[in-house]
Amino acid sequence: MMIPPQVTALAWVQMSGPSSPLLKALHIAPPLGSPQPLYSVGGVALLYGVQHAPLVYLALRAGLMNVPRDGMEAARLSGASALRTFRDIVLPLALPGMIAGAAIAFVSCIGNFGIPAILGIPASIYTLSTLVFTKFAAFTDRTFGEVALLSGVIALISVAGLAVQERALGGRDYRILGQSGAAACLPVGRWRFVFLPVLAILLFFMLVAPFLALLAGALVPAYGVPLTVKTLSFHAFEEVLLRQAITRTAFANSLFLAAVTAIGLLVLSVLAGYMLTRRRDAASRMVASLIEIPYALPGIVVAVAFILVFAAPLPVFNVTLYGTIWIILVAYFASFFAVSLKPVVSAYRQLDPALEEAARLAGAGFFTRLKDILVPLVAPAAGASVILVFLIACNELTVSALLWSAGTQTLGVVIYNLDDSGGSDLASALSVLVVLMVVAMMLLLEAMAKHLPKGAVPWRS
Amino acid sequence: MAKLILNNVSKDFGTGQPAVSRVSLDVREGGFLALLGPSGCGKTTVLRMIAGFEAPSDGAIFLGERLLADPAQSLPPERRNMAMVFQSYALWPHMSVADNVGYPLKVRGVSKEVYRRRIVEALDTVRLADLADRRPADLSGGQRQRVALARCLVTQPDVVLLDEPLANLDRHLRQEMEETFREFHIRSGATMIYVTHDQSEAMALATDIAVMSRGELLQVAPPQEIYACPEGRLVGSLIGRGAILSLAVPAAMLRKLDWGAIRALLGAAAPDGGVLADVLVRPEDVRLGGEGAAARVRSSLYEGERYSVTLDLADGQILRAFSRERPMPGDTMSVTITSAWRL
Ligand SMILES: Nc1ncnc2c1ncn2[C@@H]1O[C@H](COP(=O)(O)OP(=O)(O)O)[C@@H](O)[C@H]1O
Ligand SMILES: [Mg+2]
Repeated sequence: MMIPPQVTALAWVQMSGPSSPLLKALHIAPPLGSPQPLYSVGGVALLYGVQHAPLVYLALRAGLMNVPRDGMEAARLSGASALRTFRDIVLPLALPGMIAGAAIAFVSCIGNFGIPAILGIPASIYTLSTLVFTKFAAFTDRTFGEVALLSGVIALISVAGLAVQERALGGRDYRILGQSGAAACLPVGRWRFVFLPVLAILLFFMLVAPFLALLAGALVPAYGVPLTVKTLSFHAFEEVLLRQAITRTAFANSLFLAAVTAIGLLVLSVLAGYMLTRRRDAASRMVASLIEIPYALPGIVVAVAFILVFAAPLPVFNVTLYGTIWIILVAYFASFFAVSLKPVVSAYRQLDPALEEAARLAGAGFFTRLKDILVPLVAPAAGASVILVFLIACNELTVSALLWSAGTQTLGVVIYNLDDSGGSDLASALSVLVVLMVVAMMLLLEAMAKHLPKGAVPWRS
Repeated sequence: MAKLILNNVSKDFGTGQPAVSRVSLDVREGGFLALLGPSGCGKTTVLRMIAGFEAPSDGAIFLGERLLADPAQSLPPERRNMAMVFQSYALWPHMSVADNVGYPLKVRGVSKEVYRRRIVEALDTVRLADLADRRPADLSGGQRQRVALARCLVTQPDVVLLDEPLANLDRHLRQEMEETFREFHIRSGATMIYVTHDQSEAMALATDIAVMSRGELLQVAPPQEIYACPEGRLVGSLIGRGAILSLAVPAAMLRKLDWGAIRALLGAAAPDGGVLADVLVRPEDVRLGGEGAAARVRSSLYEGERYSVTLDLADGQILRAFSRERPMPGDTMSVTITSAWRL
């Protein structure tokens, strides 16, 4: 679920097409020389969908969890059938979640780099983001201008997407009073026998099959060799783990960047989310719109902006951020603010304002209220946002693809470079390790989950 | 503690019609004021302005000499030393009952021992001592209400605000809670402002009742006075039951009318060029039987302790009365009005 896009793309490539080690091992590979079906616009779009399904699911689930049971029961008693209740009560209440999910997916796709880089570039299909990247790769004196223009276009499209979202959400104040009611559960009834197999098949193709393909790709000794028990080799893993210092540097860099970004953004989101939802004076409206700017900008635009700004040494301190890990960190802060902010803002929106007002009358000043009332109440959402940011930052490619330099490679960059230079077995091996790392972290959280506030881990209720 | 003064307070949310307009009120120290009025008339808005959650768009609010709020400045709620029972109770779901109740103390930084003792005292008062460790989600409506009240008890607030605190409770529990409120008022000596749309609640609890309608304050008076001598047709129809007759009352006559005066007026035609006055007749002041004016029974409704009767007077005006026996619709009987009030 938190698998980075370049790994997903790599896995799907390994899963399909004539040279798929997995299909070959199963003897169902298409004949050699037939085209790889995923190296196409359709392939890119399909993987966009696969990649962002969990994000939409999370946002939607958060929305559905807010539907109070008594509200549904009241609708049933008003004479509405189950379907009608779903349409009239559940959908409208879950709509903010749905719109938020769609918006996240849209903005995320516009700025996505990993998928079109792996699937599109070999077939000379360019998206705006990969075009920016190739322009940088073939650096000329016109590059800065062209790249600035391209990222401007990306930014505009994203802003348009967000504007649609704002309009759709406009005037929907669905704070649910009190908040002590039980959450609803939707009876699926006899449909269960249809839903469950469909869900299982979907999950198999989205999770299990790609991973097996990736594993197969990592275990073949060389590209194109069929995978059998005899040819199976751990050479790629050895290479990645023991021989190449660069992969270990990449692990360290990615973990450091992700941890600092996640924790830093947590603090910012809790404060900014409060301002966005509570204060109504002019100054905070200003701040609110300023905060919206990084939200609207996909990672690639942020990266370009940071290159343009920091290519020269900072005027006062006379240090150059460009080429250091710090420029990546700052860019991460800017580009993941949206991811971090969204769940927190939703949580604030759902809080009954009387809870905070009661604390004010009790005599609590702003920071006391923040500590005692607001933070504990938004903690589940904030916890979810920290985990999301950490996992996404850990596997990020878009920003670091433009900002990396020797010694500051991230995991995403290393995987992409390996695949690009024909080392698909090494790339697959590293991807397998990344997937294992993600799964390990999720398991760790799972083990911690009973000590965390309810709902803090995004994939648990 | 001191008198709470609202001076010409208005609030306009920019919706075209002001939510509260030109309300002036004096609540004496230690008074128990009920703010009574139909839903949507601006009661909550007045309360929120007193608490400091909304700033008045005109006028000023004082506590004694101290200015709490005017359009230019507003003392933040956390510095007003007030307490409030919210309609939704506003209990913090992540804290236990004891922590909810003790929070105002915790903010004030009292010692551990005082903290614990005061929580126990407050919970005892509302008879919840054995639920101290529960979460609000595990309590019933009435228990949550009492926790919210206990939260007001732990500190000594200057003013306690209650926003329809009994609206979500059943009748039995309401009576019990009314008792608790009365005790609480006597014990704490705090000035209390109690918002309600239920007049029997207001009558039973308050030392003064302020009647509001459409953002305006109509009358402030003790319960007995509001009931006996309402000002104007609106208050007369809002408070208690009764019929309003249009009679040609000479302006010089006393406002309180006896049977002699009413009998003379009942038959009289409107004075030339003069106006008809509204006269409020309470059902308990209408005696059925004996000699008097003729009236026909339109309907009668059994209410347990008696029948409530609607009558048509000879000139078609409607009168209400109570009766021990069951009058049959269509019967004609004579009525005597022992007392009436010109609005
Ligand atoms: N925050 C607000 N913004 C706009 N209008 C409001 C707001 N709060 C209350 N109102 C309006 O003010 C009027 C009075 O509301 P309220 O004080 O809640 O009435 P009550 O408590 O007597 O039922 C209503 O018409 C309501 O719609
Ligand atoms: Mg109200």
